[in-house]
Amino acid sequence: MKRRNFLVAAGAAFVAGCNRIAETDAGKSLLGAAEGWHKSAHRLLTNREALAPEYPRSAISPFFRGNGSTDPQNGDYPRHVEEGFANWRLEVGGLVETPLSLTLDNLKALPQRTQITRHDCVEGWSAIGEWTGPQLSLLLEAAGLREDAKFIVFRCADNLNGQDYYESVDLIDAFHPQTIIAHSLNGEPLPVRNGAPLRMRIERQLGYKQAKYLTAIEAVASLEDIAGGQGGYWEDRAGYQWYAGI
Amino acid sequence: MKRHALTTRLWHWINLVCVVVLFMSGLTISNAHRLLYWGDWGFSRAQAWLEVPRFPDWMTIPGYYSLAVARDWHILMAWPFALGLLFMWVAMLANRHFKRDIATSGSEWRPAAIWNDIVQHLKLNFEHEGSKYNFLQKLAYGLVLGVFLPMMVFTGIAISPGMEPTFSWLVEILGGRQSARSLHFIFAFLIAGFFVVHLALVILAGPIHQIRDMITGGKQP
Repeated sequence: MKRRNFLVAAGAAFVAGCNRIAETDAGKSLLGAAEGWHKSAHRLLTNREALAPEYPRSAISPFFRGNGSTDPQNGDYPRHVEEGFANWRLEVGGLVETPLSLTLDNLKALPQRTQITRHDCVEGWSAIGEWTGPQLSLLLEAAGLREDAKFIVFRCADNLNGQDYYESVDLIDAFHPQTIIAHSLNGEPLPVRNGAPLRMRIERQLGYKQAKYLTAIEAVASLEDIAGGQGGYWEDRAGYQWYAGI
Repeated sequence: MKRHALTTRLWHWINLVCVVVLFMSGLTISNAHRLLYWGDWGFSRAQAWLEVPRFPDWMTIPGYYSLAVARDWHILMAWPFALGLLFMWVAMLANRHFKRDIATSGSEWRPAAIWNDIVQHLKLNFEHEGSKYNFLQKLAYGLVLGVFLPMMVFTGIAISPGMEPTFSWLVEILGGRQSARSLHFIFAFLIAGFFVVHLALVILAGPIHQIRDMITGGKQP
């Protein structure tokens, strides 16, 4: 019993020490910098166009788990579910030459990409699914990015714990061939649980980047003035790394 | 000549801090999803081969549940850990520490010799003539330096989605992403096991003398 008490005390003291370091300015900037070192290392070692692994049909998980919002009840979303998303529109705007407003049929009329990929949640689980939709690069090229656009922001219909979900990526991931706006999972329209009627697939990053219930795509020069300024819902709310390739 | 080279001592203490922080922040990450799977995917008990217990706050960094903060610590300390290990291997090969003190010879693998080593350990007799380490020590240090620690780096790279396009062969060798994640967990606990035995033997063999030598270098016997 005594030894256990010693162990608990030693553990708690070490944890307290680490927390003390994490609270200093130097500690904060060091912990934040590590994310950047990983991103630089990944970008150095991995070709911009290199693909995440794609799987055969036989590898598809029998059920694709939903996480975060799985049945949004806020705003117009329930009405859209009732209408079968017939009036859903995807806006493409911000720092673009020609803003677009697209229906689901518009998106389905574009050249499609189908990919069977693995979804990795930051918590640790994985599921494999087949996603279909147009590449984001097609829309960005059609709208014409302005020179000063540095990031692409994804706006979502779901409100989780009082805040609108959103996410963002830089232009390298935005123009990656596997970055698509998916409308189908395993050959069927997206279930509500998985982000109906549209969600992002950004295959070289973790699950929280895969914005669901997508309403708008916005080109911006900086993420600072959007919501909490950290570039995404979980980044703002819980301090998750903006670069989710780690 | 010193008993422990400066590079060995430097790496030893830096690595200790890295391993402790990585292990304790890793326990928080484990708490985020306490199921382990084999193969490429898995998300519920139905696919799991192990349900890991929840680790209490006193043994996790940051001491309360925050996956984001734990990941911050984990990905920070991964750098000195991985680069330090690389540095130690270069130093060990360059100064012949590996060949002289850790690599085993064929004669040491004879069952009678191994048995004798085990008996001497159980008698808490830590005197050994000739080489610096006896067979069991060489085996333990060789396994930790050559397998356990490198496997943490390799399995860590394999579960990073940004690295996978370049290292998909590594993920395949390890049996898929969830297998790599399971192995990351298993090797972490093998290192923790080594840590406990190593600490116990240092205490039994004379902790003040042993720790002093690992700081100052000590004298060659």
